[in-house]
Amino acid sequence: MSTVSKEDGFVVFDHVQKSYDGETLVVKDLNLAIGKGEFLTMLGPSGSGKTTCLMMLAGFETATHGDILLGGKPINNIPPHKRGIGMVFQNYALFPHMTVGENLSFPLEVRKMGKAEREEKVRNALDMVQMGDFINRRPAQLSGGQQQRIALARSLVFEPDLVLMDEPLGALDKQLREHMQYEIKHLHDQLGVTVVYVTHDQSEALTMSDRVAVFDDGVIQQLATPDDLYERPENAFVAQFIGENNRLVGVVKDISGDVATVEVDGGGVVTAKAVNCGGAGGRTTLSIRPERVKVGADGGPNRTDAEVLELIYLGDHIRCRMRVLGNEEFIVKIPNAADNKRLVVGEKTTVGWETEDCRALDAS
Amino acid sequence: MSDVTGPIVTADGVPLKRKLAQAMFRSRARAFGLALPLLAFIIVAFIIPILTLLWRGVHDSRFADYMPRTTEAVAQWDTKSPITEDMAAAIVADMVVAKKKHTIGRVATRVNRELPGTRSLFTSTARKAKKMKPPYLEALLKKDEKWGDNATWQAIKITAKTYTPAYLLQAVDLKYNADGSITRQPERYRIYMKLLIRTMRISLIVTLATLVLGYPVAYLLSTLPVRTSNLLLILVLLPFWTSLLVRTTSWIAILQSEGVLNNLFVLFGITTDQQRFSMIYNETGVLIAMTHILLPFMILPLYSVMKTIPPSYVRAAKSMGARPATAFWRVYFPQSVPGIGAGALLVFILAIGYYITPALVGGEDGQMISNMIDFHMRKSLNWNLAAALGAVLLVVVLFFFWLYDRLVGIDNMKLG
Repeated sequence: MSTVSKEDGFVVFDHVQKSYDGETLVVKDLNLAIGKGEFLTMLGPSGSGKTTCLMMLAGFETATHGDILLGGKPINNIPPHKRGIGMVFQNYALFPHMTVGENLSFPLEVRKMGKAEREEKVRNALDMVQMGDFINRRPAQLSGGQQQRIALARSLVFEPDLVLMDEPLGALDKQLREHMQYEIKHLHDQLGVTVVYVTHDQSEALTMSDRVAVFDDGVIQQLATPDDLYERPENAFVAQFIGENNRLVGVVKDISGDVATVEVDGGGVVTAKAVNCGGAGGRTTLSIRPERVKVGADGGPNRTDAEVLELIYLGDHIRCRMRVLGNEEFIVKIPNAADNKRLVVGEKTTVGWETEDCRALDAS
Repeated sequence: MSDVTGPIVTADGVPLKRKLAQAMFRSRARAFGLALPLLAFIIVAFIIPILTLLWRGVHDSRFADYMPRTTEAVAQWDTKSPITEDMAAAIVADMVVAKKKHTIGRVATRVNRELPGTRSLFTSTARKAKKMKPPYLEALLKKDEKWGDNATWQAIKITAKTYTPAYLLQAVDLKYNADGSITRQPERYRIYMKLLIRTMRISLIVTLATLVLGYPVAYLLSTLPVRTSNLLLILVLLPFWTSLLVRTTSWIAILQSEGVLNNLFVLFGITTDQQRFSMIYNETGVLIAMTHILLPFMILPLYSVMKTIPPSYVRAAKSMGARPATAFWRVYFPQSVPGIGAGALLVFILAIGYYITPALVGGEDGQMISNMIDFHMRKSLNWNLAAALGAVLLVVVLFFFWLYDRLVGIDNMKLG
């Protein structure tokens, strides 16, 4: 599922552009194909254009240029209420003057569904989110997590093929949010519905998604599966945005095959996997994940001196801030294993990493 | 629960409630002190005058004060049997005193309200009262035959009551009779109910008109970006900065038969020069001017409520397949009801007591109950009836307040 072509995509953005003021583009030439049954997350900082994309898909914003296709048909000129897309809003948008049951019944009523059928579907939807006992409550009488479940049930009760979720877990506390992530994921697996999910929380995106589209500045920076995104970021923005990352900047000296030799600004030469760094003489950003750095490494291609500046005990691992090649924010994660040597602040040691684990990306 | 019974005490053994009351006293005293000047002002300048005026609606001691003997004498009289010598003697004795003290005019005015035409009877008889000799009844009858009329004495009996429902009953077109019975006023005196109903009709129409005109404006204001909506809000508030008098008179300039609007109608051939519409100095003029003046009072509460309705509700409804009209009626409108309630109540209560506008542009058939209250306060000087009319108006307003509470719930009202 790592690639879906425009021909067999269920939802397709085809050269979509969006501008609010006629001067700047909020979404710049978006091309995206989402497969049927896929869970795709649009991830990015605020103002990156991800919510605008979702709103264009839902029909609340119109694309300035380009086509949006749903099931092969362009939907640019179809009003939102005829698109048949379920949606979960950031603040849930449960109608405060209706009970939970009436809220769920609403999409069925506007579809002129009979009473008996309606009641059955509402009951099923509520059972699905384990909220069957709350049918006669009003939204204000429910906790945030319960309202979230009702909003979820309401977006699914009319059995849409596509459900959009706009930061639905943003208002919940951490523990509940993690729990709901699994629940939404399970519902997706169970129902086979296509989900487009918007969030700015990268761990949420990695946990739930089949694929993640990382947005920045109106452009998809990378569209990949969670593991690809984390382990094989294609540019400096993605490497920095997803997970924790050590950044070293320097100049490419030489490229042979896919190995780049880079002279780091802080002094010292390292080898890295050439991903997106241009030719020799160009500037590059090196990205190394903290857990891929070995401390006290004997030998290896990228062995260099390091000084321990700060140690933070985190239980399962120790976070160690070091000075490496002039960079004082170099983070290393040391697993709290029995055979690992305890470091002390001020200690001089060496670190090293595999050429594979150090990616030479664009200079940002 | 703990096993310990009795009040909870603090560490040094003082009951917690008392300790808390002591701790709270200072802050409460300060809060009360801050509100005290306003409270005193409201009591002196608002509550006491209102209560005094309402008091006047049921209390009139003029006759009883100036004619004490007559008051006593008619109290025993059963209104049907013939006039007795005692009553005649009492009234002559009272009249002698009243004439000397120059209070007879006030007494005569008071009785005249109950039975028109008795004013001169009293004043002219009083002039002769000093020379009258017993038997007084005969002397009175010699002066004027009306003194033998039971109707005259019935009017006196009604007037002699210090606490009387007569004014309140008159304010709703009922007549309080000397024998304590209540009948409807004669046909030609039934004016107040008609006026009250007209007042309520005008107020209701104005409330509906402001709602119909104000709702879309408030909706627009609540959906526009803040910069634009602030500008429009200033335009809505602009009339507040213009004198009420100026606004009302400018409507005269626009609506009169030689006015701007009629000239335009003639120009475009909607009407002819001879048949210009009469849109002012009648109910139409009152409706137009009052709708315009009261519109901001509808828009502001509506706007403040609508601003709190997130656009995601209507979006959610649409995403679930509701047509825009359905989404509006089933989702948006119910949530704007508190604003409608607050605005409608505000406009209605302001309209029901409206005075200047109907006085200026109302003409004959656009007068409202307030204009009648004003008439009795300043022209006929029947303050008691004015007070009674005011009391009736107050009861009507309280009734609508109660009705609103039953239908919408006062807790649901939002003014901002």
